[in-house]
Amino acid sequence: MIADTRPLAEFYQRDRTLHPPAFAQNYKTSVPRSPKQALISMENTISEITGPRFGHTDLGPLDHDLLKNFAKDGDPVGERIIVHGRVLDENGRPVPNTLVEIWQANAGGRYRHKKDMYLAPIDPNFGGCGRTMTDENGYYFFRTVKPGAYPWRNWVNNWRPAHIHVSVFGTAFAQRLITQMYFEGDPLIAKCPIVNTVPDADAIDRLIAPLDMNASIPLDSLAYKFDIVLRGRRSTLFENRLEGN
Amino acid sequence: MPQSLDYLKETASQTAGPYVHIGLAPGAAGFQIFDQELGQEIAGPNAAGERITIKGRVIDGTGAPVKDVLLETWQANAAGVYAHAEDPRHAQVEDGFRGWGRVITNFETGDFTFDTIKPGSVRGRNGSTQAPHISIWIVARGINVGLNTRMYFDDEDNSADPVIKLIEQQHRRETLLAKRQSDGTYLFEIYLQGDKETVFFDV
Repeated sequence: MIADTRPLAEFYQRDRTLHPPAFAQNYKTSVPRSPKQALISMENTISEITGPRFGHTDLGPLDHDLLKNFAKDGDPVGERIIVHGRVLDENGRPVPNTLVEIWQANAGGRYRHKKDMYLAPIDPNFGGCGRTMTDENGYYFFRTVKPGAYPWRNWVNNWRPAHIHVSVFGTAFAQRLITQMYFEGDPLIAKCPIVNTVPDADAIDRLIAPLDMNASIPLDSLAYKFDIVLRGRRSTLFENRLEGN
Repeated sequence: MPQSLDYLKETASQTAGPYVHIGLAPGAAGFQIFDQELGQEIAGPNAAGERITIKGRVIDGTGAPVKDVLLETWQANAAGVYAHAEDPRHAQVEDGFRGWGRVITNFETGDFTFDTIKPGSVRGRNGSTQAPHISIWIVARGINVGLNTRMYFDDEDNSADPVIKLIEQQHRRETLLAKRQSDGTYLFEIYLQGDKETVFFDV
């Protein structure tokens, strides 16, 4: 223990009106898995403004390349795409050197997971996960195939829109976020009970990656751009900078 | 019209879904892809302090274990130092101590186990001291926004902890205590709903 009483530079409180509620009637699995009591609001302590950090030594050279990182005898089947963007905070500042992890179904809508029993086949050349670190400008990119839509048991005939799961760390445990990226123009987005757990139409739009022809590679890959915004942080001007920090 | 604030808005959370293991723990999903999976070792071999084992389950509102849950843990070392540049003493953290781990359950039973070292006290706000605790973040199918909670230890003095004291109902404070068992391990059960619902925080 140390007697350090300097105020911390807290993260802005999460705007819960932009996030799904725990209980979402139409997403049935949330019914027994949603806490009923109010969350206890707490101001950040050092336990929340710190968090795990990662380095390039944690990663392998192909981890960001889903076309190659599980390939056995060729590339996976499907539409070749680049997914790229920036990780920013609410202040608009890039979040550099932070870990971004993704996972997804293959082009047929099947996950490589022992619990996925969908009848679409496993692709022997596709694992379906990747990870990378943002660069000094908060930029990241992956190479993969566009995932397929797939049916799931909720109502009898629900289908998930094509999506990629995205996990991001930021610099602090308070910023930890998992979300899903959707693809511009997919008619299944509006019908999806999981998408529609998000109560704010603009917040849903921000989960949809636009086609980005400028980043596509002619005769090779299309591209989609997905920026991710993590919680921003108060300036420390009033507390720390005056003390010489 | 006043000027508009130019803050960006946080990206909305979406459930991690049933196949979270593919992305965050692919070995558990049933395949090997990365040279090293992250979060497998919380403390590392060089960390000082008491080696502890925590066992538990996450239980849903019907009383059934949540078998596809994934937990992330974050803690200080035995001296109360976080492996993070904003901890003024971070340079003292033992080589190999990360303080962060990923915990998954047995898919058949929902039981989880993880090994670490017991964290020390860390500073709280306004000169207070936080009792030893491990921060936990819980994601799964059916959990729309990752749930934050904390695990404290029932054999520590938690009476002055400033975060526990935020919980108005005394009996709910008990939900954050890992209970030492006769074999020396700790038991920590997380209830998502019901009479024993665990306290979750908006951090």
